[in-house]
Amino acid sequence: MRLEIVPRGERSRLWAYGSPILAIALTLLTTLMIFAVLGKDPLESLRVMWIDPLTARRGISELFVKGAPIIMIAVGLSLGFRANVWNIGAEGQYVMGAIFATGVALYFYDVETFPVWVLMIPAGILGGMVWGAIPAFLKTQFNASEILTSLMLTYVANLALLYLVVGPWKDPEGYGFPQTRLLTAAASSPHLIPGTRIHLGVVAAVIIVILGWFLLSKSLLGFKLKVAGQAPRAAAYAGFSTKSLTWLSLLVGGGLSGLAGMFEVAGPIGQLTPALPTGYGFTAIIVAFLGRLHPVGVFFGGLVLALSYLGGEKAQIALGLPAAVTKINQGILLFYLLGCDLLIRYRLRVVPSKRRAA
Amino acid sequence: MDSAVFVSVILSVISAATPLLLAATGELVAEKSGVLNLGVEGMMLVGAVVGFAVTLTTGSAFLGIVAAAFGGALMALIFSVLTLTLLANQVATGLALTIFGIGLAAMMGASFVGQPVDKLPSLYLPLLTDLPIVGRILFGQDGLVYFSFVALGGTIWFLFHSHAGLVLRAVGDSHDAAHAIGYPVIAIRYGAALFGGAMSGLGGAYLSLSYTPMWAEDMTAGRGWIALALVVFATWRPLRLLLGAYLFGGITILQFHVQTMGLGIPAQFVSMLPYLATIVVLVVISTDRSKIRLNAPACLGRAFHVTG
Repeated sequence: MRLEIVPRGERSRLWAYGSPILAIALTLLTTLMIFAVLGKDPLESLRVMWIDPLTARRGISELFVKGAPIIMIAVGLSLGFRANVWNIGAEGQYVMGAIFATGVALYFYDVETFPVWVLMIPAGILGGMVWGAIPAFLKTQFNASEILTSLMLTYVANLALLYLVVGPWKDPEGYGFPQTRLLTAAASSPHLIPGTRIHLGVVAAVIIVILGWFLLSKSLLGFKLKVAGQAPRAAAYAGFSTKSLTWLSLLVGGGLSGLAGMFEVAGPIGQLTPALPTGYGFTAIIVAFLGRLHPVGVFFGGLVLALSYLGGEKAQIALGLPAAVTKINQGILLFYLLGCDLLIRYRLRVVPSKRRAA
Repeated sequence: MDSAVFVSVILSVISAATPLLLAATGELVAEKSGVLNLGVEGMMLVGAVVGFAVTLTTGSAFLGIVAAAFGGALMALIFSVLTLTLLANQVATGLALTIFGIGLAAMMGASFVGQPVDKLPSLYLPLLTDLPIVGRILFGQDGLVYFSFVALGGTIWFLFHSHAGLVLRAVGDSHDAAHAIGYPVIAIRYGAALFGGAMSGLGGAYLSLSYTPMWAEDMTAGRGWIALALVVFATWRPLRLLLGAYLFGGITILQFHVQTMGLGIPAQFVSMLPYLATIVVLVVISTDRSKIRLNAPACLGRAFHVTG
């Protein structure tokens, strides 16, 4: 007896939505097994990682604070992935957005009466867009793979960040620590709900999800993106320009990543430090796929991954597990998801084993 | 430049080039069969940590190197099951492999951070190694350096002078035709991908056992991605890979020398050099679209499934 993979006539809508759920379930099961192997009580560990972060004081609001940047980045990426534009340098665009925004904040350091954060928003978006525009230019002009160029630029952005915080932007009263001054109240993302850390960036993420959904479902542009990804030749016959879709994908992806970076420095982090790049740009890739490259799906996917970050932090403290557990879990989740996605286009059939000819 | 400085520069270029050459040679074979595995960075990291851990615990560098190749191949097996058997998107799966590899290596290596290990022993032949200038360069390297050349030579022979290599290239250029003739497309791709993983593992092991004999998180620092770019740079021809790997080895070393020259350029800008050079090289090569189209395996990155 063996399993055979048989193509379906058309894509299964059921499995398009079922696959992420099955993948999450399989990931949980695998995590349980890993915990058992590591000699931790599996159920206890599961509770610490996946339940405790939610039931903790301010748990839900923290989930949204954590999820906001991931969701913002992933909405941008999912538009690009639809058109087969593989921007995997969102991490660098995120850092650049944070750098541009911090530059504005430090320039207006003495301003107290004017809300500097209003200026930091376009600066952050611009920073990310500039960093996204480079791979777009190199792709459309010279045919260079955006996968490799955008990733290389991530290393460059991280080094630029390091240069600034140990060099010209180092906090003069920071006892030599590699970080900028703490941003002033005027340069901070406004807090919206007293008693929580919910700030403007969280609302911005929700607005971006809605805008993204509108763009994808209701506009000609969204239609072009879908066609370009699923049927590139049809898109070419229809006169859709791949070049402009490449530009659009990288500018939107870069801009949203930059905005996420801006809100992180202006919000939860409060200054530029070498600890800023924590892999949100890569996590967002997983979120984009988990969310079926759809902004609404990305919203829920982002919350799941945000939970995995919070759970990973809890596991570090309560169970003494290394921080890398979060990354391993994320990798496993994407493996399962990509595997389960087989069921969208194919079904499995059990074939009785044929008797071998003698 | 006096000869001692010259020799030490050449030696350091070789050691910076070797991990790139090892990983890129493996990836080139995988890509020739049509498999685009973007997980090189993750496989190198796993190779680096496994090689280090096994060497440290068993005291045998040989076992460590073998284990590193095995670890890299196991990572490639995950990739192969997903993309070749379960027909998952190769780009996305490769990214997943890198994310997973970074985490897995960090977790496995947590208890090894900061521990020293003996550097891989170098060859010593009386008289030959003592020759002026060329002695150390030609006869004083460690085993993995020599192996990187043997593997490259073997790859050239295999791909272009053996029947099996011809079949592998056919699978990469037209999987439908290769299947129709009766070649096992999927099995061949599994083999090529596993070879790629093993070579990436060796590249990683070179980093943690010879280049800087220690383990540190993310110690590959993007070399896996540079190796991927080198395959494009070489337009899928192994001999050009040698040129590319040594060019980048040179740039990496240039970086250290610029820093010590005291030109007042901040260290971070100098460290950007290899990444910026990768972009420049990609742009230069990719501009000539026909060159890429003529040399890239036609089925690169495409899933193959037998229907009917």
